[in-house]
Amino acid sequence: MKNITFQLTALISLLLFCGCAAVETATSVATDVAVQRGTITKEQATSIRTGTTAVARSLENFTPEQEYYIGRSVGAVVLTKYKALNDAKINSYVNLLGQTLALASGTPELFAGYHFLVLDSDDINAFATPGGHIFITRGLIRCCRTEDELAAVLAHEIGHIQMRHGINAIQKARMAEALTVLAREGVKTYGDEELIKLSNSFGDVISDITTTMINNGYSRTYEYQADAAAVTILRRAGYQPGALVNMLQVMSRQIKPGGSDFAKTHPSPQARIAELGISAQTAQIPNIRKDRFIKAAGHLL
Amino acid sequence: MARYISLVISLAALSFLCLSATAQTQKTMSVQVKQTQLRATPSHLGKIVAKAPYGARVTIIEQRGDWKRAAYGSYRGWVHTSALTTKRIVLTAGRTSQTGTVGQDEIALAGKGFNKDVENRYRANNKNLDYTWINRMETFNVTSEQIETFVSEGRLSLGNEGGQI
Repeated sequence: MKNITFQLTALISLLLFCGCAAVETATSVATDVAVQRGTITKEQATSIRTGTTAVARSLENFTPEQEYYIGRSVGAVVLTKYKALNDAKINSYVNLLGQTLALASGTPELFAGYHFLVLDSDDINAFATPGGHIFITRGLIRCCRTEDELAAVLAHEIGHIQMRHGINAIQKARMAEALTVLAREGVKTYGDEELIKLSNSFGDVISDITTTMINNGYSRTYEYQADAAAVTILRRAGYQPGALVNMLQVMSRQIKPGGSDFAKTHPSPQARIAELGISAQTAQIPNIRKDRFIKAAGHLL
Repeated sequence: MARYISLVISLAALSFLCLSATAQTQKTMSVQVKQTQLRATPSHLGKIVAKAPYGARVTIIEQRGDWKRAAYGSYRGWVHTSALTTKRIVLTAGRTSQTGTVGQDEIALAGKGFNKDVENRYRANNKNLDYTWINRMETFNVTSEQIETFVSEGRLSLGNEGGQI
């Protein structure tokens, strides 16, 4: 009995790679076989099936539309800590640069696209929400001396979105709970009670993401992954990936140890440079890139 | 021994099920973003042939790298993979009388779950949150023409294009 349970579990685990729908079908077939052979009862089979359905469901993710709504509220929480910089010149430029980079990423199309906003703060900080809202402080723009370096910063943030780091910051139990509520209430029109349940679950999800993103920071691994993604994006878009190293060098001189910004939430610039394993940019940057960067960001530097 | 043989047989059957499920879902896909474009060439700068809204079903004809050539109504064009999902997206407007739970995993309900209503409820409970700039930043749009000029003047390229990986 133990043996067959073990074998079934192993079989089901193996098949998890094949996708959720297939897992449910697979489990159904596997349990039928076991029932016919008398190794498990019908009740046990039902129990296994129900369990696997739950597992399959919990592997399901939020839809891009839901990630967009999560992103909007994560962004609103970021804006309780930092004020937006009402400066059309820099915001237009950052959006043009950022959206160009997003096209070179693995996820060029999000539910409502990518949108960038500069924050009015001397802190060295940046955030990316699962909905494609990317924020960058004046202080971080000051760490950039060229368009290529600013591109490196934005590409790192796009990397976080591409790697789904925000969504992965949601605690597993919370994720399962949220998805259960969504699965149960999905088809019905929401009554007041369901709305309360959903908005509570929504609030928990926002809180998990913002606590990680703003207060604790992602793991070092995630930061290094975002740096690696940035290098790929820069290379594809025709920027010099070494610009990321240049920017980190400037950052290491400007960052204040003990600060509540990148100093707290990111590995040190030196550690990131070491992990990148590429050299600083030395090749000449076309004049037009220098000119348009100064034109758009010069007054902030 | 019989136990092992039957396990092997069921494993083979299951593998087949997995493969056929994958093959079926490859054919038809849904648009999972607000709106996407079908383009004449596999590039974000390719000429727009048609626009397809959220939930639109498209038939995949060909794949090249991250791009899929799709049929949408009488239109044929290239769509980036990130705009598509194998799930069927059900637009729920006018289907509010439906009850029960979601029976199949491959169905996603548009406008359900975390949506505008949930956001409004959340905002009512968190009055310190201000969405003014979130709404404003979402209006910051960049046109294909602006990107094209930005790329060519800056001697950049659009990687990820032309079906190249």
